[in-house]
Amino acid sequence: MTDTLPPDDFERRLIIATQAGLPLAPRPYDVLAEQLGVDAALVKTRLAAMLQGGRIRRIGAVPNHYALGYTANGMSVWDVNDAHIGELGEAIGRLDFVTHCYERPRALPDWPYNLFAMVHGRDRDTVLAHVEEIATLLGAACRARDVLFSTAILKKTGLRIGGDG
Amino acid sequence: MNAPSSAPSRRPPPAVLDELDRRIINALQGGFPISDEPYREVAGQLGTTEADLLARLQRLLDARVLTRFGPMFQIERLGGRFVLAALAVPEERFDEVAAAVNALPEVAHNYRREHRLNMWFVLATETPDGIAAATARIEAATGLPVFAFPKLREFFVDMRLKA
Repeated sequence: MTDTLPPDDFERRLIIATQAGLPLAPRPYDVLAEQLGVDAALVKTRLAAMLQGGRIRRIGAVPNHYALGYTANGMSVWDVNDAHIGELGEAIGRLDFVTHCYERPRALPDWPYNLFAMVHGRDRDTVLAHVEEIATLLGAACRARDVLFSTAILKKTGLRIGGDG
Repeated sequence: MNAPSSAPSRRPPPAVLDELDRRIINALQGGFPISDEPYREVAGQLGTTEADLLARLQRLLDARVLTRFGPMFQIERLGGRFVLAALAVPEERFDEVAAAVNALPEVAHNYRREHRLNMWFVLATETPDGIAAATARIEAATGLPVFAFPKLREFFVDMRLKA
């Protein structure tokens, strides 16, 4: 892991200028440079450095999974023996149908689950079949489980940092 | 320039995509070049023209097949925080509570899920302190306790999906 550092002033301006998206123009970094009043070389250098340092995960398209036909989205949750959660979490994270996998705190007595694995599929049966594969992998280390299907997107904006109201 | 995506409860039907649209989506979920004419570069690799690629990206954004096209910032590396949180909302109050929760700019995503904890949202803030403040505001606005599930360990995150 690379260091965590708040954005410097120029990074902050870059984030605000691009958080809605990269300009759809033949020379997008020139357009950004013009907006920011700097040289395009600086925009490119700083973006490349942020990518290199992990401050940008990647540059590209974010698909809407519903539009691509991934209409079933199940948050599978598991109560996994703490002694084994590290190795098992890694193994589940490697499954190609798991898009996020995290260890999170339990909230007893309401919530006994400490491992979350998000599974996307073209329908519920596919997701449930994938969840069974996870159950097999966890074996006896899993004491309880559930799958929470999403039934509506109530909001989806992503993070917006200040400066644009 | 990118399509807004904050409309509530909207589930677009699977889009009609041609073969080149699919290749564009699959190829462009990362690795977009940082160069003078990146669209032209990518168009060449995909066997199309810069103008066609730009037009298709605009159409995919307008149709909300893509929610964004650009850099994806790793906000935790930049000092910010993401926290998954949930509420157990009485069914008769669901819409009212959803409106109150969604009104906070710190709420980045919000999903209805089938469980007693039926509202699951992500709080995203520029500083770690912002999370506690947002949680307190939601509890004050709704009168419901917020269950917060900050991540203890990340095993894997990759939202790339095949079109």
